Amino acid sequence: MQKFVNDPSKVVDEMLEAYVKVHADLVSTTENERVIKYKHAPVKGKVGIVTGGGSGHKPAFVGYVGRNMVDAVACGEIFSSPPAQMFYDAIKAADGGKGVALLYGNYAGDNMNVAMAMDEAEDEGIEVKKVVANDDVPSAPKGEEAKRRGVAGEILMWKVGGAKAAMGASLDEVIAAAQKAIKNTRSMGVGLAPCAIPEVGHPNFTIEEGKMEVGIGHHGEPGIEVCDLEPSAKIAQRFCNVILPDLPFESGDEVVVLISGLGSTPVMEQYIVFNDIEKILKERGIKIYLSYVGNYFTSLEMAGVTCTLMKLDEELKECMDYECDSVGMQQFQR
Amino acid sequence: MKTFSNKEGALIIDKMILAIQENKQYLSDIDGLIGDGDHGINMNKGFTMCREELDNNPGDLAHSAKILSKILMMKIGGSMGPLYGKLYRGFASELSGKDEIGISEMGAALEGMLSSIQAISPAKPGDKTLIDTLVPAVEAFKKAQAEGKEFDVALDEMKAAAIVGRDSTKDMLAQLGRASRLGERSRGVLDAGATSCCLLLGVLADTSIELVK
Repeated sequence: MQKFVNDPSKVVDEMLEAYVKVHADLVSTTENERVIKYKHAPVKGKVGIVTGGGSGHKPAFVGYVGRNMVDAVACGEIFSSPPAQMFYDAIKAADGGKGVALLYGNYAGDNMNVAMAMDEAEDEGIEVKKVVANDDVPSAPKGEEAKRRGVAGEILMWKVGGAKAAMGASLDEVIAAAQKAIKNTRSMGVGLAPCAIPEVGHPNFTIEEGKMEVGIGHHGEPGIEVCDLEPSAKIAQRFCNVILPDLPFESGDEVVVLISGLGSTPVMEQYIVFNDIEKILKERGIKIYLSYVGNYFTSLEMAGVTCTLMKLDEELKECMDYECDSVGMQQFQR
Repeated sequence: MKTFSNKEGALIIDKMILAIQENKQYLSDIDGLIGDGDHGINMNKGFTMCREELDNNPGDLAHSAKILSKILMMKIGGSMGPLYGKLYRGFASELSGKDEIGISEMGAALEGMLSSIQAISPAKPGDKTLIDTLVPAVEAFKKAQAEGKEFDVALDEMKAAAIVGRDSTKDMLAQLGRASRLGERSRGVLDAGATSCCLLLGVLADTSIELVK
C-alpha cells in the first residue's frame, strides 16, 4: 500500500488542518477541530443545515459545507460515525435561531450518535429535525427501504435542503423538501477494486482482477453479485435495470443524473458510464435536467462508480437551480 | 458475605483497559473478516483515553466506569462508542454511592448494562451482536443469584455463559449493522462486538473474584 501519510491515526486531523487553510474563504474551524462550519455560520434567521459521517469520502462530507449548502459538518474517523458530542457541536455551530435540519445517511452508528446529539440539543433548547438518506437500492429489497444505506444521493438532499433554507423556509419546510429529495432519489454502485483504511493497512475485502462487484456499498459492503467485468454499456444497463423500476422513473420524467467515482476510477471512465446511461434514459423517454460527473462521493481509493438519479418536480428544480458555493458543488444562476 | 469495596473495584476498569490494549489487533482482525477491521482500534482509542483521564482523576469503580462511559459515548463514535458508552453508564449508575459491592449490587449493575444498551439498540439475541454475549451472561448471573449461590460462583457462571454466548455468534447470520448486508457470508465468523464484550465480562468476573478473596 503506497500512501502519503505521516501517522495513519492522524490522517483525518491533518486533512482537516489543511482543508481550512486551503478553503479559508469558504469555511472555518470551530472549537471542536472535527467540526468545520461555513465561514458565516450560524446565519441568523436561517435554518441551519448539518451533516456528518465517517471520513474517507472526500469531498463528502466536509466538501459540501458552504454558501446555501451545509452550514456545519461533523467529521468522524475513517468510515466510522462521528461521536454524539461532535454531532452536537455541529448543531450548535449551525444554529441561527430558526432550528437545525440534520441531513445524514442511514448507518447504525450515525443513527445512534445523532439520536444522542439530538437529545442533548433538545435539553439545550435547540430545535433539531432529521432526514435519513436511504438511496442505495441494492442495500435492501423493495418494501424494506428503511434499511437501505445512504450514498451519493445525500449530496442532492443537501443541495435541496441547503437551497430551501437559504430561501427563508421554516424548519418543517426544509425537512419536507429534503425528505422529498431523498424519496425521489435512487443510487447504486459498482466496484472494481477495494480500498484500505490507512490505520488498518490492508483492504478488508477483495475484488479479483477481471471481476466487478455489482451493488457495492460505500465502505465495501458487498453488493448483489460478483461477476465478470463488462463493458461500460452493459454496466450502465445494470444500473438502469435496478434503479429505474425501483422508484419508478418513467417516460416523461425529468431527472438529475449524478455519476460519482469511488476514488481511483479515472474521471474519463466516469464520463463513458454517463454516456451509456444517457443513451438508455433517452431511449426510455426520461429527460435529463441536470448532470454531474466526477468524484463527488468517494471511498478512499476504491475503484468503481455510483450512479444516482433524482426525479424532479418544480420545487426540486428550483432548489437544484439555486445558487450555491462549496468545494464539492457550485451552482451559478441559470 | 463475599464483597469488595467500590474503591478496590476500580481495579476492574484498570484491568479492562489493559485487556483492550492487549487485544487491539485481535479484535480488529476479527472485525476485518466481516466488518471494517477497526473495532480494536476504536476500542483501544477510547479505553486508552480513559486511562489518561483516570491517571489524573482516579476514584472508585463507579467513578471509573462513568468516566469510561462518557469518553466512549461522546468521543469515540461509530456504533461501538454509543453502545459501550451506554453499557458502562448503566453499570456505573447502579454502583454509584455503594460502599461495598456484593452479589446483589453486581446483579443490579449487570442488569443496568443490559437495560441501558437496549434503550438505544434494537438488537435481539440471535442478531449476531454483543447482545448475544451480554444477555446469557446477565441471565446466568441472575440465575446463580436466585439459587443462592456465592458471589464468586455467580461470577464464574456469568463468565462461562459469556463465552458460550460469544461462540454462539459464529453460526449466526448478522442481522444488524454493516455485516448484516453480508447475508450468508457473515456465517462462520465470530461477531467482533460479542468478542470484546466477552473479553470485558471475563475481566469483570476474574478481577471481582480476585477482589473478594
